[in-house]
Amino acid sequence: MTPEPPLALLAELTHRCPLRCPYCSNPTALTGSSDELDTATWSRVFAEAAALGCLQVHLSGGEPTARRDIADLVRAASSAGLYTNLITAGVLLDAPKLAALAAAGLDHVQLSVQDAEAVGGDRIGGFAGGHAKKLVAARLIREAGLPLTLNAVVHRQNLGNLPAIIELALALGAGRLEVAHVQYYGWALANRAALLPTRAQLEAATAIVEAARAAHRGRLVIDYVVPDYHAQRPKACMGGWGRRFLAVSPAGRILPCHAAETIPGMAYPTVRETSLREAWYGSPAFARFRGTGWMPAPCQGCERAEQDWGGCRCQAFALTGDAGATDPACALSPHHTLLAEAVADAAVAEAGFTYRQ
Amino acid sequence: MSIPRLAPGHRLREDQARDRWVVLGPERMFVPDETALEVLRLVDGARSLEAIIDDLAARFDAPRAEIADDVTAMLQELAGKGVVTL
Repeated sequence: MTPEPPLALLAELTHRCPLRCPYCSNPTALTGSSDELDTATWSRVFAEAAALGCLQVHLSGGEPTARRDIADLVRAASSAGLYTNLITAGVLLDAPKLAALAAAGLDHVQLSVQDAEAVGGDRIGGFAGGHAKKLVAARLIREAGLPLTLNAVVHRQNLGNLPAIIELALALGAGRLEVAHVQYYGWALANRAALLPTRAQLEAATAIVEAARAAHRGRLVIDYVVPDYHAQRPKACMGGWGRRFLAVSPAGRILPCHAAETIPGMAYPTVRETSLREAWYGSPAFARFRGTGWMPAPCQGCERAEQDWGGCRCQAFALTGDAGATDPACALSPHHTLLAEAVADAAVAEAGFTYRQ
Repeated sequence: MSIPRLAPGHRLREDQARDRWVVLGPERMFVPDETALEVLRLVDGARSLEAIIDDLAARFDAPRAEIADDVTAMLQELAGKGVVTL
């Protein structure tokens, strides 16, 4: 059966970033600036994505505004017809840069904060003065006429400030707030014991989000990404492998998700040699975990097989050593107890971080 | 008088690969049904709610009051989802 075309492209423009968040979603082995794709290649990739059926592009990193050609890249993506979303830490933004981005056709900015206030935010982000710069960036984004989403990655060390984070989103004029619990891959997996919330913390956070959604309906949309360590069923990671999204790494690898290079033995095509269309429809890597045919028991034949698509391949590999295993987040996985053990370990662990470097 | 607008960061555009229209917003997408699409095409930041209702009443064979109720309810629902502002 021919796969449906992808809906969105995650463009990881660079791995460079002034922040050092201990849950960074970049790989633990980072790509240097000399290996990054150039402006013309990214422009071609955006045109290919739009022609393939992508509607949105998420311009991400690292810190995408660390690229000096960021306005040119926004213009190329916007001209290709893509809805352009800039995912930024905000600490490199100033008024002229934002004016250039807005003029280039940028549709939306997602600005991260690491906490509700500077002491926690600067410690978690590993960047002194970062939080204050973000507050300025939020004001400049609004002044440039750009819609703002505030993104807060939450975990054991800042969940207590969740009400204050919601207040901050309102005060900054964000139309949307993303409360995203840490997902445990790469750097986050290395820091799992310092970050994992208890079940009680998770439940309190969920209740706070639900109350805030009701209280601010029509003014603030709150999207909520839950951690799967307390779950009974896995998340539909990326909406299924090779089903909704594709990602391109700073060096040009075409991936089913930004973490997919953590799985060994996979040969991902590169935009230097292969078009996005060829990669999506023709590459063995995209076909490897697509659909349900690859699934082992207990996924095979499960009534949820086409809801969660077997969960996350990267998590299955990271925790079991087998990317083709059922995601341990599922209670039916023979490895499910690994998650409860991690939660128990985290409950007695220290709060220190291994920072991204 | 109320002028409905697409919320900041939202765009109505054709999705040619799938032969449909979509509203694109920050990390989300909304696929309007046929009726919602007729309304959203008229949400241009210039027409008032009254003008939108007039336009639809002129084109569709239904009592104006009924169309007014339907359009208002639909736009309020979309406003609650953050897709339009009223």
